[in-house]
Amino acid sequence: MADILQIKNVSKKYSNHVALNDVSLNVAEKSVFGLLGPNGAGKTSLIRIINQITGPDTGEILFKGEKLNPKHVERIGYLPEERGLYKKMSVGDQVLYLAQLKGLSKADAKKRLAYWFEKFEMQSWWKKKVEELSKGMQQKVQFIVTVIHEPELLILDEPFSGFDPINAQLIKNEILELRKNGATVIFSTHNMGSVEELCDNIALINKAEKILDGSVKEIRKTHRTNTYKITFKGNLLGFTNALWTGGEILDKHTEDDIHSVTLKLAPNVSGSQLLQAILPICEIHSFNELIPNMNDIFIMKVNQGNEIVGTKSNYTE
Amino acid sequence: MRKIRLIIGREIKSKLTNKTFIIMTILAPLLITGFLAFMIKMTQSEKTEQNVLVIDDSKLFKDKLVGNDYISLSFSNDQLPKAVAEFSEKGYSCVLWISPTVIEGGAGATKLFYKKSPGFAFQTYIKDQMERIVYENKLKANNIDPNIISNSKQSIKIILEKVNDKGSTEEQASFGLFGFLTGALMFMFILMYGMMVFRSVMEEKTNRIVEVIVSSVKPFELMLGKIIGVAILGVIQFAIMGIITFALTTVLSTIFLKDVSAQLKVFQSQQEMVKKNGTNVNFNQLEKFDDKLEVFDLLQKIEKIDFVEVFICFVLYFIGGYLFYSSIMAAIGSAVDSEADSQQFITPVMIPLMVGYFIATKTIMDPDSSTVFWGSIIPFTSPIVMMSRITNGVPMWELVLSLSILFVSFVFTTWLAGKIYRTGILMYGKKTSWREIGKWLFYK
Repeated sequence: MADILQIKNVSKKYSNHVALNDVSLNVAEKSVFGLLGPNGAGKTSLIRIINQITGPDTGEILFKGEKLNPKHVERIGYLPEERGLYKKMSVGDQVLYLAQLKGLSKADAKKRLAYWFEKFEMQSWWKKKVEELSKGMQQKVQFIVTVIHEPELLILDEPFSGFDPINAQLIKNEILELRKNGATVIFSTHNMGSVEELCDNIALINKAEKILDGSVKEIRKTHRTNTYKITFKGNLLGFTNALWTGGEILDKHTEDDIHSVTLKLAPNVSGSQLLQAILPICEIHSFNELIPNMNDIFIMKVNQGNEIVGTKSNYTE
Repeated sequence: MRKIRLIIGREIKSKLTNKTFIIMTILAPLLITGFLAFMIKMTQSEKTEQNVLVIDDSKLFKDKLVGNDYISLSFSNDQLPKAVAEFSEKGYSCVLWISPTVIEGGAGATKLFYKKSPGFAFQTYIKDQMERIVYENKLKANNIDPNIISNSKQSIKIILEKVNDKGSTEEQASFGLFGFLTGALMFMFILMYGMMVFRSVMEEKTNRIVEVIVSSVKPFELMLGKIIGVAILGVIQFAIMGIITFALTTVLSTIFLKDVSAQLKVFQSQQEMVKKNGTNVNFNQLEKFDDKLEVFDLLQKIEKIDFVEVFICFVLYFIGGYLFYSSIMAAIGSAVDSEADSQQFITPVMIPLMVGYFIATKTIMDPDSSTVFWGSIIPFTSPIVMMSRITNGVPMWELVLSLSILFVSFVFTTWLAGKIYRTGILMYGKKTSWREIGKWLFYK
């Protein structure tokens, strides 16, 4: 699939710290891309550069093969982490104004607004001032502002922070629907659950550098640790003997003579070899490979990165 | 351009629909004219009717001390204690007692007994007459004809003629107070609309809407849109206030100044007559206006002001000065997170404005001093100081120089402000310092 966004060797430095150091990554068209990283890693800096709010010191960004330029802002929708609305302005006027700033004509903006207001059942809010709305209602308005001009690329900075579970679910569904309709979505988050649920690809940024990227499936696969969880009925001692030197038991417990064992196999032993070895001696109830989730990978990678950076001395000054 | 237009439109609309703004626009001229009317009314209402019983023990003032439209004098030979005891029952408002020693002077030679104070204007009226009568009396005692004295007196009016570069001269209105008032008005306008820009920028930042907007428009466009929007708003507000004030003052002046302006015409025709005929004029008629000479002088000075020139300069200097200061205000607004933090940044901007204001007060006394000259050239103070000079006649080259410097400077401050603004609006939750702002100038 073609890339909607190619980020090439982007660096950004503020007076006394490096926000991004030679970051390159590609975002495939019509995918959901997760931008992960701890606080202060440089995610928002990168997002602001993509939105042309600030410029990179070095490096370049291509949008559909074209060098990023001011015309592209109308094809991008952005929901910042620090998001708000004019408190004293009515909801309708406000969305119309912001939609027109994104290049829509007033008539088009009105038409699309009607669609979204109906979809979220908020027709009666048109004349209300924003300060009269609840926080959840304001979040819906913010989301509509982000998507009203039907952007090809949608960038959401921490979209789930501050959203209540109902609105968060609503946004998740919308993200998936927008992708189905051909949009590309980039979002940054700490919420690893949503990453596995939504993302096709991710990049992990720590201390201004990209430390990992790829498809979620691939990443999880490459981070396999050959660990399995088996539940069975039979003799635990026999099970251990059958295992012999092929693996190491990490955890075990027994309930009503059903044994549950977590074990890590030696690198040269495969799951099917294990299965063959234990099949004759016990009655297997379940057999699962434990693949690390994104949360584990995130923590592992960030901790590794911190150690490396710690020994590499600092490049900031 | 379309986006800047949208921003300007929103800026204007949001204020025009703001109740406080509407109320202020209408209320301010009402308050100003109301205050003026009140002041005029106050000076007039001092002239309450006075029915005075005069006990003249010196016998000098009978038939010489006279009343006027609202002061009537009745001379009586009653004893003072009796008169003081009975005056209010008899319908008099006060008793004026003059001792035989009045001609020698000294405190206590004249006393006024009253129940309700007759006011300062009344006292001055009586005192001035009595002094004149005593004066003439003393002259006569020394066999000097008072007419000789009065004919020897000559009031001198200095007419100011400024020699311009071409060598020709023009009469100057030299109305320093008016110049100062326009300067003060400029000070107020720049400050008021500068603060409006400041608040508008800060509001967007604290509402956290600004990042959404700058993902659609360039920060510089947003800032420019705001500044232009508030400027247009200022012009609209100024026009509305101007029209209301003009209408109200016209109405008020026809009510209160009708007599005065009629008298002024008579006075002016008499002046013409004096100019033509020299001293062969009946001077007794001219004296009639003695108490109005100051008012006439003021009215004549106002008539001489070239309002078109003043207006054009005001607009030009307002545009220049406003853009100069409001871009600085926008930069500051972007740097702070709350009104509470803003004081340390606003004060240094206020200082040059205040300095301009003080130089403008100096213009009244000393319009051609070098402080005033430099004040009217340096862009930090020039809008205010130049306005205060304008009625004194400013050479064209100075105007052109001062305006050119001002307009070049605002391009510079706007460019500088744009750099600060761009970074400032995205800085949340940090206390900003001047040092920090300095660093923002160099961000890419």
